[in-house]
Amino acid sequence: MILLSPLSALGRSTLALLAAIGRVALYFGRVLSHIVRPPWYPREFVVQLLQIGWLSLPVVGLTALFTGGALALQIYSGGSRFNAETVVPSIVAIGIARELGPVLGGLMVAGRVAAAIAAEIGTMKVTEQIDALVTLSTNPMKYLTVPRVLAATLCLPILVAVGDSIGIFGGYLVGTTRLGFNGTNYLQNTADFLEFWDVASGLVKGAVFGFIVALMGCFHGMNSGRGAQGVGKATTNAVVSASILILAANYILTGVFFSA
Amino acid sequence: MIEISALNKAFGLNRVLQGVDLTVVTGTSTVIIGGSGTGKSVLLKCILGLVAPDSGTILLDGQDVAKAERDAFLAKFGMLFQGAALFDSMTVWQNVAFRLLRGSLKRPAGEAKEIAVEKLRRVGLTPDVAEKFPAELSGGMQKRVGLARAIAADPQIIFFDEPTTGLDPIMAGVINDLIREIVTEMGATAMTITHDMSSVRAIADRVAMLHGGVIRWEGPVEQMDGADDPYLRQFITGSAEGPIEAVR
Repeated sequence: MILLSPLSALGRSTLALLAAIGRVALYFGRVLSHIVRPPWYPREFVVQLLQIGWLSLPVVGLTALFTGGALALQIYSGGSRFNAETVVPSIVAIGIARELGPVLGGLMVAGRVAAAIAAEIGTMKVTEQIDALVTLSTNPMKYLTVPRVLAATLCLPILVAVGDSIGIFGGYLVGTTRLGFNGTNYLQNTADFLEFWDVASGLVKGAVFGFIVALMGCFHGMNSGRGAQGVGKATTNAVVSASILILAANYILTGVFFSA
Repeated sequence: MIEISALNKAFGLNRVLQGVDLTVVTGTSTVIIGGSGTGKSVLLKCILGLVAPDSGTILLDGQDVAKAERDAFLAKFGMLFQGAALFDSMTVWQNVAFRLLRGSLKRPAGEAKEIAVEKLRRVGLTPDVAEKFPAELSGGMQKRVGLARAIAADPQIIFFDEPTTGLDPIMAGVINDLIREIVTEMGATAMTITHDMSSVRAIADRVAMLHGGVIRWEGPVEQMDGADDPYLRQFITGSAEGPIEAVR
C-alpha cells in the first residue's frame, strides 16, 4: 500500500490536470461562441480598454526600457568576445520585437491584469453579484468575460508595439551614452536590419497572450471558491496559469513563425 | 402560480432537496423558514435557474421553467439578495436602473434615472443617495437599494433572500414593513426565505417549513402558532430541545 500511494497521488494529480484542461477548453469554446453572438456591451468594452490597455502602459513601458538597456549591455559584452560589438542595434531590435517585447509585456500584463480580473470577478461571485446579474437578465459571460477578452486581445498588440519602441529606445540610450555608438548610425543600423515580420510576429504573439491573460483571469474568477481564501487562490491560479500558458504559447508560435 | 413538485438537488453526497412539493399562489406572500443549510437558498436558485435541479419540475403559470425562454422568464422576477449584491463599480442609481439601461427593457438614461430615483424614494431613500456608490452606504441602506433594484422593472414575482440578516432590530422592522407594503401595493407574488420569525409574522400570508430536504409544514401564517408539528414548534420557539438536532 505504501508503495502504491505515490502512484495513486500521481494518478489523482493527472486526472485533476486533465479535468482542468477540459474545463478551460469548454470555457474557451463558450467564450468564442458568445463573442460572435449579440447582445454586446460596447460600454463595458471601452471601460476594459482603459483598464487593461491604458493603465498597463507604465508597467509595460518601464519593463521594455530596462530590458532594452540590459540587452544592449549583454550583446555588447558577449559580442566583444568575437569582435561583433557592432551588431548591438540590430540584435536589440530583433530580440525586443520578436521575443522580449511580447513575452515580457505579456507576463507583466498577466501579473497586473489577470490578477485584477480574477479578483474582481471572484469577489463578484462570492458576494452573489454574478447571480444578481443573471436575475437581471444579463448573461455574465457576455457582460463580464467577452468585453475583457476582446479588450485584452486588442490592447496587448498595441502595448507590445509601444513596448518595442521603448525597448529599442532603451538600447539606443545605453548604446549611445555608455557603449560609444553614434546615434544616427545606431538608428540606421536598427532600421536596416529590422524586418516587417520581426515586428508583426511579435504583435500576433501579443494578441494571443492578451487572449490568454483575460481568459485565465475570467475563468479562475468565475470558478473562485468561497471567501477571501477562495478569491486569493483564484487570483494566484490566474497569474500562474496565464504565465505558463504565455510561455508555452510563445514556444509554439516561435516554432510556427521561424522554423526553417 | 409557482408549482414545485418532487424537486431533488444534491451536492455530492449532500442531498439538500429530497422531493420538495410546494405551490405558491399568485399574489400571495409565502415565507419559507428553516435552519441554516436546509436548502432554502438552493430552492430559490433552482426556481431562477441559477442552480440546475437533479430531478423534479417547476412550473410558472403552467409552463416548465426549464423550457422557458430565459429573458422573458427572468423579466418576470426581481430578487433581493442576502448581502444586497449591489455592483460596487456603479453608482446607486445605476444599480437600481441596471435592467432599464440594457436589454429588452432598455430606455433612455434620463428616463431610467428618473425611475431609479422614484424607486429609491419608495424605499425611503433621498435622491442624493442616487449618486453615491454602494460602499458609501450602511448595511440597511444597501438593503433598501437592493429592494429598489428588485422592484425597478415592476416584476410579477419578487424573491427575498434573508432580507433582515445582519440588520439591527429596528432596521429589520423597517425592511419587513417595506417589503409587506410593496408586495401588497404591487400585487406581486412574493417568496421570502428567512429564519427571522419577526420577518415571518410581518411578511407572510403563508408559511412553509423546509427541513430534511422536504416541506415539513405549510399553511396560513395565522395557523402557524397553533400547529402541532414538533419541528415547526421547536423552530418557532427557538428551543434547543426537540427533534431538530442542535449542535452545541
